[in-house]
Amino acid sequence: MNFWNNPVQFISQWLTGVFAGWGMADWVASLLIQLIGVVVLASMMMVIDIFLVWVERKVVARFQDRLGPNRVGPFGLIQPFADIIKLLIKEDITPDGADRVVYNLAPIMSLMSVLLLWAIVPLAPVIFGVDLNVGALYIIAAGAIGTLSIIMAAWASNNKYALIGAFRQVAVLVSFEVPMIATLLIPTILARSMGMNDIVQAQDVWYILVVPLAAIIFMITAIAELGRTPFDLNEAESEIVAGFHIEYTGMKFGLFYAGELLHAFTFGGFWAILFLGGYRLFGLENLGPLVAAVILFAKALFGYWIIMWIKYTLLRIRIDHMLAFNWKFLTPLAFVLLMVVALMNAILPHNNMLVYVAGMLLSNILLGWIVIEILRVHSRRERERVEGKNQMIEVAHR
Amino acid sequence: MTLPQIFFLITAFVILGSALMVVTTRNLIHAALWLIVTLFGVAVLYALLNAGFLAVVQVVVYIGAIAILFIFAVMLTRKEMRDRGPQLNRGWWLSGVIAALTFGGLFWLLQAWSGFSKTAADFPSGFDAVGQLGNALVSPQAFVLPFEVASVLLLAALVGAVYVAFNRK
Amino acid sequence: MQNEWLYVGLFLVVGAIIPAAAIIVSWIISPKKPNPIKQSTYECGMETVGENWVQFKAQYYIFALVFLVFDVETVFLFPWAVALGKLSLFAVIEGIIFILILIAGLVYTWRKGMLEWV
Repeated sequence: MNFWNNPVQFISQWLTGVFAGWGMADWVASLLIQLIGVVVLASMMMVIDIFLVWVERKVVARFQDRLGPNRVGPFGLIQPFADIIKLLIKEDITPDGADRVVYNLAPIMSLMSVLLLWAIVPLAPVIFGVDLNVGALYIIAAGAIGTLSIIMAAWASNNKYALIGAFRQVAVLVSFEVPMIATLLIPTILARSMGMNDIVQAQDVWYILVVPLAAIIFMITAIAELGRTPFDLNEAESEIVAGFHIEYTGMKFGLFYAGELLHAFTFGGFWAILFLGGYRLFGLENLGPLVAAVILFAKALFGYWIIMWIKYTLLRIRIDHMLAFNWKFLTPLAFVLLMVVALMNAILPHNNMLVYVAGMLLSNILLGWIVIEILRVHSRRERERVEGKNQMIEVAHR
Repeated sequence: MTLPQIFFLITAFVILGSALMVVTTRNLIHAALWLIVTLFGVAVLYALLNAGFLAVVQVVVYIGAIAILFIFAVMLTRKEMRDRGPQLNRGWWLSGVIAALTFGGLFWLLQAWSGFSKTAADFPSGFDAVGQLGNALVSPQAFVLPFEVASVLLLAALVGAVYVAFNRK
Repeated sequence: MQNEWLYVGLFLVVGAIIPAAAIIVSWIISPKKPNPIKQSTYECGMETVGENWVQFKAQYYIFALVFLVFDVETVFLFPWAVALGKLSLFAVIEGIIFILILIAGLVYTWRKGMLEWV
């Protein structure tokens, strides 16, 4: 067992030896090693989170034809640290009438719900926190804690805008969770497991090539789950200023912000794991677990970049349109897709990979084409209806 | 005492304590939040029993959906967040006696049951618990009828909810 | 007691301690000069009028209710999806019937106009 082939096990064996040398009981040692693993993984994500601030600001600047942070350090790389110091030394204002315990608990839970997701992310075949056999549902469960933190923050701040923002956000979150669960079922069907590592291992062909529609739906629901544009009603600044975290200042606001960025990056990572083959890249992952981890992070950044691309390109959607889009379009589509995939999975031969993938892909494309045709007919009818109404108004005015 | 037993005791105390807070706190939202702690504690118990699927489902359904529904309901209906009335009614001692009797009876019954002192089953490695469950849900020898009936039941619940909400408008 | 859930539990604790530490550090080093105006509830620079309580649309509740039913039903589908590879066509079709009943519920709420934001 050497370091290059399995770094985690190498270090944990070494630590076991060290702790045994100190005369520590076996179960204490194993507990301590697990704790060290958790602390290392969680703090690594926090460090990455700090750099995500820089990435986000730099990318948005480029989208808006600006330079972005470029004064502090090379390419402005020290900027996020300056931001952190600023947030730390800002006065922490608790508004009147706030429920102090809940008010302080909400930002903690918000970041915790995101960090929890990294417990199941397989960074490499042998580097993962824990390979739960209920991984897909675990994503939803962690999201539930995040939803709760939003409503707690809003209620505890005792502010109208915060409550309105939280209500909208939670309505959107719970609505888009339905198609998200349905699309999480599709990789589960294909890989015959809910475990994230199993899903990655099963992707000899990336699932985005097998079920492209599911990948698209998952991306849309992930963006809604993040509350980013075009689904950022929770902080529609022209109406409700900042939404649920309006009364938060200093580090507590910073935690919400950091949580949002890390959440976006995390969902980029899950998108990569579920549909882009995770840490696999044409056999390159066999070079070593560290290479595989780098591949996964690169893919997660790619997913994150798509999320940013959409955020800085599109406009905000009205809440009734958003919910109608979910309940009348995404949800039925996701369930029909689920049925099609289940049926095709039963019919297509599993031993012939080419036929299997081609059949799945063709059924997906066919379904997508039908959906686009239905949408086209619907929008034509809608246009005629509106135009007819306008003509009547014109006639009435004459 | 073993490590799982210690975990169990801590979790049990948290569940009971938060359940007590649910019924004694006067702030309705606080009651809902304490209820969430209770439900989360139950999820931890499932995890301690090696029932990972149930633990996750407990969090997804109870915390992710039902607790949110509770909070929405409280915020939509009550203008006043505080419960002003007395917390005990006249028959409180009667319900106390009944609760104590029920608890005593259950305790007496379960004491004699051999399954009570068992530890969590250890799965052989590679045992696909979720797959087995899925198999059982749709196999004609097992639970296919309850499975389908459950979906009809949920449909009925949805229809009922829509009907009630629709009439009120 | 499986080690994987212990790990998740540890992650829960550490994940809570890290942000809590950040808040505590900022609480220690940040200035504290409260005054009534600073601490008043924010409302676009005006004084807060009335209670901090607004009436919400009942529609939020309806969506949460519909979501609850869908959530419970789709959770049932996960074990089915995991076992799907080994199941007979009959069992696959059972699952599809389950989804069809689910869709029937959606169509019903749609036709009843409960999905409209009015």
